[in-house]
Amino acid sequence: MGGRVLLIEDEPNIIEAIRFILSRDGWAVDVHSDGATALDAVTARAPDLVILDVMLPNRSGYDILADLRASEATEALPVLMLTARGQKKDREMAERYGASRFMTKPFSNSEVLSSVRELVGS
Amino acid sequence: MLSFNLLVGVCLAYVGFLFLVAFAAEKRAQRGKAAWLRSPIVYTLSLSIYCTGWTFYGAVGYAARSGLEFVTIYLGPTIVMIGWWVILRKLVRIGRTQRITSIADLISSRYGKSTLLGVLVTVLAVVGTTPYIALQLQSVTLAFAVFAPSTAEMQASDLNSTALWVAAGLALFTVVFGTRNLDVNERHHGVVIAIAVEAVVKIVALIAVGVFVVWGLSGGAGDIMRMIDASPIAAWEIQPERWVTLTFLAGAAFLCLPRMFHVLVVENSDERHLATAAWAFPLYLMLISLFVIPIAVVGLAVMPAGANPDLFVLTVPLAFDRDGLAMLSFLGGFSSATSMVIVAAIALSTMVSNHIVMPIWLNARQGGATVSGDVRNVVLLSRRVSIAGVLALGYLYYRFSGGGEALAAMGLIAFVGVAQVLPALLGGIFWRGATRVGAATGVTLGFAVWLYTLFLPSFGVGGVMSAATFEAGPWGIGFLRPRALFGLEGIDPLVHAVFWSLALNTAAFFLGSLLSFPRPLERLQGATFVNIYRYSDSARGWGRSFVEAEDLLMMAQRILGAGEAQALFVAAATEQGKAGYLPDVTPDFLERLERELSGSVGAATAHAMLGQITGGVTVSVEDLMRVADESAQMMEYSSQLEAKSDELERTARQLREANEKLTALSIQKDAFLSQISHELRTPMTSIRAFSEILMDGDGMEGTDRRKYSSIIHDETLRLTRLLDDLLDLSVLENGQVTLNARDASLGAVLDRALAAVESRAEPGALRIIRGEAGGEVALYTDTDRLSQVFINIVSNAQKYCDADDPELRIEYREAGGKVSVDFIDNGTGIPKQSQSLIFEKFARLTDQRRAGGAGLGLAICREIMARLGGEIEYLPGQGGAAFRVTLPTAAASAAA
Amino acid sequence: MSDRGEPMFLARETYRRRRLMDAARILPFLGAFLFLIPLLMGTEAGTSISKIYLFLAWLVLILLAFVVSRRLAANVDLTAEEGEDG
Repeated sequence: MGGRVLLIEDEPNIIEAIRFILSRDGWAVDVHSDGATALDAVTARAPDLVILDVMLPNRSGYDILADLRASEATEALPVLMLTARGQKKDREMAERYGASRFMTKPFSNSEVLSSVRELVGS
Repeated sequence: MLSFNLLVGVCLAYVGFLFLVAFAAEKRAQRGKAAWLRSPIVYTLSLSIYCTGWTFYGAVGYAARSGLEFVTIYLGPTIVMIGWWVILRKLVRIGRTQRITSIADLISSRYGKSTLLGVLVTVLAVVGTTPYIALQLQSVTLAFAVFAPSTAEMQASDLNSTALWVAAGLALFTVVFGTRNLDVNERHHGVVIAIAVEAVVKIVALIAVGVFVVWGLSGGAGDIMRMIDASPIAAWEIQPERWVTLTFLAGAAFLCLPRMFHVLVVENSDERHLATAAWAFPLYLMLISLFVIPIAVVGLAVMPAGANPDLFVLTVPLAFDRDGLAMLSFLGGFSSATSMVIVAAIALSTMVSNHIVMPIWLNARQGGATVSGDVRNVVLLSRRVSIAGVLALGYLYYRFSGGGEALAAMGLIAFVGVAQVLPALLGGIFWRGATRVGAATGVTLGFAVWLYTLFLPSFGVGGVMSAATFEAGPWGIGFLRPRALFGLEGIDPLVHAVFWSLALNTAAFFLGSLLSFPRPLERLQGATFVNIYRYSDSARGWGRSFVEAEDLLMMAQRILGAGEAQALFVAAATEQGKAGYLPDVTPDFLERLERELSGSVGAATAHAMLGQITGGVTVSVEDLMRVADESAQMMEYSSQLEAKSDELERTARQLREANEKLTALSIQKDAFLSQISHELRTPMTSIRAFSEILMDGDGMEGTDRRKYSSIIHDETLRLTRLLDDLLDLSVLENGQVTLNARDASLGAVLDRALAAVESRAEPGALRIIRGEAGGEVALYTDTDRLSQVFINIVSNAQKYCDADDPELRIEYREAGGKVSVDFIDNGTGIPKQSQSLIFEKFARLTDQRRAGGAGLGLAICREIMARLGGEIEYLPGQGGAAFRVTLPTAAASAAA
Repeated sequence: MSDRGEPMFLARETYRRRRLMDAARILPFLGAFLFLIPLLMGTEAGTSISKIYLFLAWLVLILLAFVVSRRLAANVDLTAEEGEDG
């Protein structure tokens, strides 16, 4: 496989873990930690897939997702949402905003890996 | 003959005595034992500053020259006093409810808080009063000269230096006792008592001389009556126009003189005192004038021809070697002169400071009051400088006018000058239609006519005006001759000036008022003043506004002092049914604040300061309509209904707040669960991911393995910490906590907390400034818990204070069995909308990276303080983030 | 009978109070009038007579003011919000 993944997340240890899992599988992983400038990062890096956390500093992941879907260039970009708030309404929100897939923390490593593969492959 | 040195000695002793009396009165007032200081009798006696040094000596001279006419000066005030129900009661009520500080303040406040009118009346008062102060200096100096060894030795320069010493002494007394308090509502106890003592001295002195003259030098009352009819005085005939004019003038001056307004209205502490002064003050005036004619008649008979009748009160006893009596008489005259000067200086300095210095100062620093600097000190300083300035002016006037006859005539001339305020004053409190334009034109025109027809001519032919101007008018226009204006010839110059100045003044006042249209604020103030008995507590002025209560608190602290301002804001918030320091900024609250401030800096200045902060909010037509509606409602409903609706409103507000709180709580509970979930899941994610990595970690390097296990370890610790905090909070909230109370000093607990914080911090990051350490404050409390609170606050400051050079001030205060410790940093503080949130669970305001905790710290602090019988609160308006921890002292804990 | 007596008494009280206020308002005008009388006395009367008249008038005014103010202070709450209503 192989491709570019942009990880938008602010917890350093979680970043470290995902980066490890994906790069071992041959993915190139870019990281961005600020919600406010996340859109610019997506435009600049042009990734094949975005992994997006919901609770980001300065801007919520849902807002970023809504903007991605509103723009022509990124409306079809696969987005994998991560959240630590595992309530039902969080999943509904993610779907409503147009997430390609939704995962609740803590996740299993294989789950992340297979999701990424499927989303980029499809 | 009395030795001059003895006289000076007695005089100094008397002054020292007055200082002591004033000082003792201030001390008593401080201890709250001011009741007798504020009796109706003291109020009445303080009014006696109407009788100045020149009336004390000069009345006899006046009587020697013009017979009974002198008495008109006392008849006018008598009529005003016995008619207190009509004018004075209203003035005093207005003065008290509107916190009026001077006559200029009253006029300025009535006409829409106009700065222009404040300045006009102040200038007029200064011009009218300066010669009068000069006159007092002259009377004291002349009296000294009478006792001087011989006229040859007493040079003019000695007289001047006497006047200078007297002026300097008076300035000192006035500054010491007249500018002690800023808020006029606190009043000048020391000054008033000293004046009351002087009032007694002068009436006793005059009556003593009178008794000596009637029963000592002649054969009693009957004999005196025969002497009067035989004396040259009997040849004098009443001049009707002078009689009427002078009586009216004296009455007008009694109301308008700045010093009289000060004692009548500003220093009045109780309206009921007027009911006593109504008869007691006329009685005082009658007793003062009772012996004037007998002294004049006997003086004319026994003294050598050419003796100055103005000094008979002194020279007659001296001529018969009654040294003690002469001394008493001297002290009476001295008292009259000094008390007048002291009160006049206080009244004038208040006006100059509030209406000239403060507006200029405020203008000079736009946007000023909140930025920096202590307004309170500026006000006090400007008052002190003004007092010295007023006395210096008086002294210079005395020096350069050369004293003598020209100065003697000044008393009545000054009366006419200050009486120019009368139309604007009476019109202002009885006629709603009076406007600022009318008042300003009236006062200006009257003032100008007074200058032209009376003041400038008083310097004599060839003085300021040339002989030609007197004879033929300026530029030969006969119509404008200063003593025959508009062709009105052949009447007494004084009557002429009073007639034209007041007639033109009143006409301009009415015309100006009828033709101009008042601004909304003027109409509101007009309605309030005229109907003062109906709306004693509503001076509308502030409409809707978007000002932050916090800004207002900052400004109020600068003017009223921190303690008083905070108390005021808390009281206002409590009345609105709210907790904390910040009430809603309602129009009612703004008006109340403005009134409090105007007690310190005058109405116009207070209005301007609030205007600066509220962004120059002016009253709109809608506000006016609202006020009109309210007044209509007020008349319709009884006051009880109104009280009920107030109560209803308060209850509704409380209900609304309770409801909002409940809704917020329910949202909070959901948020809390979701937050806990987030806080638990985040570390668990890392733990799970890395343990999986380690589990299938074939071929992983040793360093990576170590690194990943240590991440797992750290995240586990984070989870434990969070669970500890949650457990701690839950135990505290359920009240299951056991406290280990023990004796300790506040300083020791603080030391421990600071040491704990410093051991963890990178050095030099946050500078901690401890005021007095508070080591001596004894506590009986759980010291571990308390230092946990302190540690939390200080480490919060470490994390969040965003100043370049961060510092934290720690101050403590002990009062009423409680000690409060303030922690104030120099960062940007916490925005107002977040201040009520910070004590909630998980209320992290910024990026969690910097926080490093779960956001439970302050919530735990709040619970701990509640268990320890104290509280922790956010203190707004301190510049940076500020927390106040309050807890009972050891003594209070033991008593509980 | 007795229950009707009380309101009657109160009304009388209010009435008295109103007239007391009227007296207080009249007083300064009476004072002005009395103080103008010496103008009518002319030159025939000596200065001593004028003086005696003036001081007597003065004393009478003081006494009247004493009586009226005393009763006003006793019957009307001077610090009340509505001190004047008639």
